[in-house]
Amino acid sequence: MDPVISIRPLLAVAVAGLAALAVLLLNKREKLRDLVSPLAAIVMFAIVASMAPTVLSGGTVELRLFEVLPGIDLAFRVDALGMVFATVSSLLWIVAAIYSIGYMRHLKEHAQTRFFACFATSLAAAVGGAFAANLFTLVIFYEALSLVTYPLVYHHEDEEGWRGSRKYLVYLMGASKSVLLAALALTYHIAGSLDFMPGGLLTQANASPALLAVVYFCYLFGFAKAAVMPMHAWLPAAMVAPTPVSALLHAVAVVKMGVFCVLRVVFHVFGPGLMGGLGLGIATAYLVSFTILMASIYALTRDDLKARLAYSTVSQLSYVVLGAVLLSPVAMVGGIIHIAAHAFSKITLFFCAGSIYCASGKRNISDMAGIGRRLPWTMGAFFVASLSMIGVPPTAGFVSKWYLTLGSVQAGEMAFLIVLLASSVLNAAYFLPVSYVAFFGAGAPEGQATVREIPLVTVPLVATAILSVLMGIFPGYFLALAEGVVR
Amino acid sequence: MTIPLLSLIVFLPVAGAAVLMCLCNDDAVRWTALGFTVVDLVLAVAMLAAFDTTTHEMQFTEKHPWVPAIGITYTLGVDGISALFVFLTALLGWICVLASWVAIDRKVKEFMISLLSMQALMLGVFCALDLFLFYVCWEAMLIPMYLIIGVWGGAGRVYAAFKFFLYTLAGSLVFLIGVIVLYFHGGETFDILALTAQDLPFDVQSWLFFAFLIAFAVKVPMVPVHTWLPDAHVQAPTAGSIILAGVLLKMGAYGFLRFSLPMLPEASVYYSTLMLALSALAIVYGGLLALAQDDLKKLVAYSSISHMGFVTMGIFALNLRGLEGGILQMFNHGVTTGALFLFVGVIYERTHTRSIADYGGLMKVAPVYTGFLALFTLSSMALPGTNSFVGELLVLSGGFAANMAVGTAAVLGALLSAAYLLGMYRKVALGPASVGARYEIRDVNAREMAAILPLAVFVLWVGFYPKPFLDVIDVSVKNLLTEVHGKGSGQ
Repeated sequence: MDPVISIRPLLAVAVAGLAALAVLLLNKREKLRDLVSPLAAIVMFAIVASMAPTVLSGGTVELRLFEVLPGIDLAFRVDALGMVFATVSSLLWIVAAIYSIGYMRHLKEHAQTRFFACFATSLAAAVGGAFAANLFTLVIFYEALSLVTYPLVYHHEDEEGWRGSRKYLVYLMGASKSVLLAALALTYHIAGSLDFMPGGLLTQANASPALLAVVYFCYLFGFAKAAVMPMHAWLPAAMVAPTPVSALLHAVAVVKMGVFCVLRVVFHVFGPGLMGGLGLGIATAYLVSFTILMASIYALTRDDLKARLAYSTVSQLSYVVLGAVLLSPVAMVGGIIHIAAHAFSKITLFFCAGSIYCASGKRNISDMAGIGRRLPWTMGAFFVASLSMIGVPPTAGFVSKWYLTLGSVQAGEMAFLIVLLASSVLNAAYFLPVSYVAFFGAGAPEGQATVREIPLVTVPLVATAILSVLMGIFPGYFLALAEGVVR
Repeated sequence: MTIPLLSLIVFLPVAGAAVLMCLCNDDAVRWTALGFTVVDLVLAVAMLAAFDTTTHEMQFTEKHPWVPAIGITYTLGVDGISALFVFLTALLGWICVLASWVAIDRKVKEFMISLLSMQALMLGVFCALDLFLFYVCWEAMLIPMYLIIGVWGGAGRVYAAFKFFLYTLAGSLVFLIGVIVLYFHGGETFDILALTAQDLPFDVQSWLFFAFLIAFAVKVPMVPVHTWLPDAHVQAPTAGSIILAGVLLKMGAYGFLRFSLPMLPEASVYYSTLMLALSALAIVYGGLLALAQDDLKKLVAYSSISHMGFVTMGIFALNLRGLEGGILQMFNHGVTTGALFLFVGVIYERTHTRSIADYGGLMKVAPVYTGFLALFTLSSMALPGTNSFVGELLVLSGGFAANMAVGTAAVLGALLSAAYLLGMYRKVALGPASVGARYEIRDVNAREMAAILPLAVFVLWVGFYPKPFLDVIDVSVKNLLTEVHGKGSGQ
C-alpha cells in the first residue's frame, strides 16, 4: 500500500505551536487566552483522528521535508505505533486543558501565560515525536520536550521547585548528552542512516554483537524519560510541578515519549529478530521486571499521594517495555495498548490528586480520612482508575494486563508471569487503601465544611475515568493499531 | 577582464582603514567602519553565490609575480573549505564593529583601523595560495591583535597580550623553519598547489608534521599549549574575543587542512592516533576547566578549547564524516562562541561584572536577552535542532569509526558541556531576580539585536538544513581525502 503524502502530520504539530504563540500574545486577556488551549487541543485531535482510517487499514501518512545529512531526513511518518501515542496525547490534551484552567484559576497561580504556552509547546513536541520518521527527527522533538517542560517543573519558583527541576534536567539532559548521543553517532556510523525500518534498521548491519548490545543499552538508558531504573529518579523529583503538569506530562506525554522511543528502538531500529538473536530481549525483561517490583515497593512506602503515583508510573512504564521485549506477538500488543490504558487511568489519578489539593489543600494520604464523603465524584473516579491500575475487569488495565500475561506464557517465560501477578498484588496494596481511607476513614467532617467539588476540575476527571472503563469494554481501536505494529 | 573578487574582498578593509585615517569624528569612524565591513560581507556572499560546488579546483584564482627571483607570487584562490571561512570572517567582521560601538570609547579611530586590518589579514590567510603570502598574513595578524588586547583590553591586558604574542610567535618561528624546509624539499617554490603535489619522503614529512603541529596547535589551541587563550579572552575587548574565538582559532585547524593533511599525508595517517588522543584530551580537559569557572568569559574560553577538540578530532578521524563534521564545527563554533562572547560583552556593559555568582534571575529583567542567550547556550551544548548537533553527530560518527576509545572520551566531553553550560544558564538567568535588584539592566537594544539576529539565524539554519554549507565543502573534502589516503596509504 502506497503511503499517503500529506501535510497533516506537520499541521498537528503546528497547531500546538501556534497555540503557544497565541497564548503568549494574549498574555493580558486571560479569558481569551484560556480558550486557546482547549480549542487547539480539539483541532489537533481532529487532525490526528483524520489520519486514523489510513493507518488502521495498514497504510501510512508521510511527509518528507528535506535532507539534513546523507541518510538523514527531517521527515514525518505516521504509522500504527505513532498513532497510538498521538491519539492518547491529543485526546487527553482536551480534558487536561480544561482541567488546567480550573486548577490554575482556583489556586490563583502566578505566571499562567508561561504555563499555558509551555504546556501547548510540550504537546507539539509529543505529537512531533510520535510522527517522527527517523531517530534524528525524533530526538529533536524529544529534547524539545525536555526543555519546554523544564519551566513547568520549576513553576512555583521556590526552593523545592528549583531543586526538583534541576534534578529533572540533570537526569534527562545528562542521559541524552552522553549515552543517547553515543548511540545515535554509533548507529549512524554502523548503518549510515537513522531511519525507522519495519523489521529493524540494524538487521543488515555489519557490526559485532558486542557493539550492537552496547548501542542498544545506550538507547535504553539514553531515553531516560522511560524511567527504567536507575534512570527513574527524575520522575518523583518532577512532582513539584503543578498537578495538571504531573497529570498530562508526567503521566502521559513525557514518560510515554520515553517508552515510545524505546519501543521505536526495539521494533524499528533493532527489530524483534535481532533483539532475540542477540538475547537483548530477555536481558531487558529482567531489568524492567526489577523496576516494576522495586518501584511498586517504593510506592507502598510513600504517604504523599503524588509521590505514590509517581512511583506507580515508574513501575507501569516498565510494563510497556516488558511487553515489547518479551518479543512474542501477544505480549507486544499488550505492551503497546498499555500505553493507552495506563494513560487514561493514571491521568485520572493525578487529576484526583489535584482536585483533592484544590479543594482541601491536602497532599498526604494519611490526612485524607473521610474526604470521599465530601468529594464523592473525585474519589469515585479515583477508585475506578485504581481498579484499572490493578487490572480488574472491565477496565482498560485489565485488557493490557491480560495480553501481557498471555504474552509471557506465549513467550514461555513463566518468571515474568509471576512478576506481573506480584506487581498486581502490590498495585492493589498501595492503591486500595487510599480509597478505603477516603470513604471509610474516621475523618473530621466539621473541618472539611468548605471542601467541595470544583466543577471545572471534577468534570475532566470523571471523563477520563469513563474513558478508562470505555477502553476496557471497547479496546478495538487500540488493539487494531497494536496488531498493525506487530504484523 | 574578470573582476578580481578575492583581492577586492581582502583589500576592501584595508581601503576602509585608509579612509578612517582621514576622519576625526568618532561617530563617522564607526559608521564608516560598519559600511566597509558590510560591503565586504556582501562581496563574500556574492563570492559564495558564484562558487561552483561541483569542483575541487581553486576558484576565483589570481596570480601575479611578486618576487620572481625566489619564486614568490601573489596568488589568491579558494576551494570549498576556504570559501566557507572567508564567509565566516566577513560575517563576524561587521558584528565586531557593532559590538565595539559603545564599548570602545577612547582611541576609536585607532581601534577600528586595527579591527579592519585584522580582518584583511585574516581574509588573506584564507585566500592565499602562495606559502610566502600566507606566512606574511599569518604573522602580521599578530600585530593588530596584540594592539586590540594590549591597548583596549581589561586590567591585565599587557600581560595577556604579551603572553598571546609570545606563544603564537614561538609557534610561528617553528612554522617558518618548516616553510623553509618545505621550500627546499619541494622544488624551490612557494606555490601551495605545487607543494601539495610533491611526494616527500616519510622522514621529512615527520619532521615537518611536528613543526607544523607546534604552530597550529598553539593557534587551535590544543592542550597543553592552550594557556594563553583564557588570559587573552578575559582581557580582550568583546570584539577581540569574537575575532579570537570566531576566526583566529580556526586558523590552526585550517592549517592542518591546507598543509598537514594534503602535503604530509603519510605522516598525517601515521600520527593520526596521537592527534586523536590529543583531541580527546582537549575535549575532556577543556570541559573540566570550564566546569570550574566562575568568570563568564573564562567559561566560554575554556569551552572553546573543548569544542576545538571536536574539530581536530573530526579532522584527524581522516574519514568523510569526521572531516565534514570538523569543518562544519569550525563554522558553528565561530557563530555560536562569537555570539556567546557578544552576550558576555552586552551584559558586562550594564553590570561591569563577569562573575556568575553576581547574576541570578536575569530572565525577569531582560527576557529578550535571556531568551537568545538560551538559544546560543543550547547551541553550544549541541542540542538537537541547533547547528552544533549536526556537526557533533558527524564528528562523533567519524570519530567512532576511527577509534572507539577516542569517541567514548569525546562523548564524556559532550556530557561535560551540558553540565557547565546549563549550570551557567541556570545560575545567570533563573532563580530569584537578585541581579535586577543590584544593577539597573536594560534589555537588548536595536544595535545589539542587529548583531545577534543574523547569528541566531545561522544556529537554526545549520541545525535543520546544513546541506548548503556541506555542499560548499563536500567536493573539496572528498578530494582532500583522496590526497591523504591515495598517497598516505602508499598503495
